[in-house]
Amino acid sequence: MPNDVSTSTDKQVAKPNAGSALVTTAAVGIIILAVVGIFLYLGGWFSPHKLTPARFTDGFEEANGVHPGFRRNHAKGLCVTGFFDSNGQGARLSKAEVFKSGRYPVTGRFSLGNGDPYSTDAPNTVRGLGLQFSQPDGEKWRTALISLPIFPFKDPQGFYDNMIASIPDPNTHKPDPEKMKAFIANHPETVRALTIIKSHPPSSGFDNTSFYGLTAFRFVDANGNSTPVRWSLVPLQPFVATEMTGAPPLDKNYLFDGLIASIHQHPLQWRLIVTVGQPGDPTSDASSPWPDGREQIDVGTLTLDIVESEETSPARDINFDPLVLPAGIVPSDDPLLSARSAVYSQSFTRRAGEKKEPSAITPSDVRK
Amino acid sequence: MTTTPQQFPASMRFLHWLTAVLVLTMLGIGVAMVASLGDYHSLVSVHRPLGILIFLLVVIRYVNRRFSKVPPLPPDFPSRERFVAAASEILLYTLLFVLPLVGWGMLSAAGYPIGIFGSFHLFPILPRNVMLYAFLRKTHTVLAYVLFFAFAAHLGAVLFHTWVMRDRLFDRMAPWRVRVR
Repeated sequence: MPNDVSTSTDKQVAKPNAGSALVTTAAVGIIILAVVGIFLYLGGWFSPHKLTPARFTDGFEEANGVHPGFRRNHAKGLCVTGFFDSNGQGARLSKAEVFKSGRYPVTGRFSLGNGDPYSTDAPNTVRGLGLQFSQPDGEKWRTALISLPIFPFKDPQGFYDNMIASIPDPNTHKPDPEKMKAFIANHPETVRALTIIKSHPPSSGFDNTSFYGLTAFRFVDANGNSTPVRWSLVPLQPFVATEMTGAPPLDKNYLFDGLIASIHQHPLQWRLIVTVGQPGDPTSDASSPWPDGREQIDVGTLTLDIVESEETSPARDINFDPLVLPAGIVPSDDPLLSARSAVYSQSFTRRAGEKKEPSAITPSDVRK
Repeated sequence: MTTTPQQFPASMRFLHWLTAVLVLTMLGIGVAMVASLGDYHSLVSVHRPLGILIFLLVVIRYVNRRFSKVPPLPPDFPSRERFVAAASEILLYTLLFVLPLVGWGMLSAAGYPIGIFGSFHLFPILPRNVMLYAFLRKTHTVLAYVLFFAFAAHLGAVLFHTWVMRDRLFDRMAPWRVRVR
């Protein structure tokens, strides 16, 4: 008898009946479906309205059209090279090699803040400057600065919503004032920032523009002490206000042509100014200025002496991702930083695979 | 006749489960980071060193495998399934080897510094070329999806054998020691 029992048990294990096979097969199926479901959920497949890097970049394409081969924002640009003479003052707060006394090569790109690579230069368009500092140890510091003293948006959603609200109505060719009103009503930080921005009238050209890093970062010294900082570039070329005649410029590329002319006359220089935050200064909100009177450290001088069309410069293919940082500079808790990194990367990936079209500023425009 | 199959050696089982945990984490991070604005940076910062770790691990696994005794499949395993099992193993090993290399290559072609941790950076393995970057970037995604579905099929096949056919296939790679009856 005991022998029989064990035999029948063995048989049951070896040859399960059809019913239990169905149950176990179903269990396997459910587990596999669950695993696939989790994977797709993590990839955002079930949240079609979530703002992703791809959808953000689609927004730029919606606002500006698709211009293959060009950046999805700051599309019109001109490349430069030069060097940064570090005076060693920054080494007090950051162990990054670039703040030790010495000269470091710099590659950069001036741009206008919209997605049309052939747009007409206008004094009020935001100006951009992307820079890459190369350290002897092989590390790079990339930073993308703009001409606004403060950023009008405190998070990626605000930037995106404003961009979509600003798309001109196809009938009136102007943004829908109702949409803009609704945006402003929900974004007091934008109103505050615009007040500050209005008190900084645009300068006459790229060469006498101040550029701001906007978001806070943290400098880390050799002992691991971390300090909140913001940085900006202050031109040594004297400020001249734009003459606001209201008439369209005679030269569609007057800002870029002016930059080419002035750099051919003499190298252009900016001081790199680091503003040191105090405990309690907001680091997670680029639309919120730090109080006046914060310590400012002049850490060195940027010199740009060679200008080049995008078509011949390696800077065209540099993604000025603000989170390409050397040891000694780390991101703050500002949500814009990760979002910028993600969207710049998405824009870079799209244009990298596209055929390159001639830039508005051609190699022949750049010659003396 | 015993129904308990022989187990893989302990070193192979350990490396298998370590790889499994790391690769699943990696697939989750990979698919989540490309869809995320706020967590993109922190996830990418883990993705790169983890990829290199998996690359090293698969090389170690391959070498270890060459020097280990691989237990035979259960004797009643149909020959078509033997072929599928062998082919899927080759596919999984190849993907685990190639995916990190494509990632490394694509960052090289893009001209990105390839930070691993602190100031430690990997050297570029390809010349700078954005067209090449764009191709490798797409390849990376496609291969990652292939890897994910190959993993799902691998899991499904093992569960099917173990639960439905009850041939104790899982015991061969079980993380614990299975005693031969």
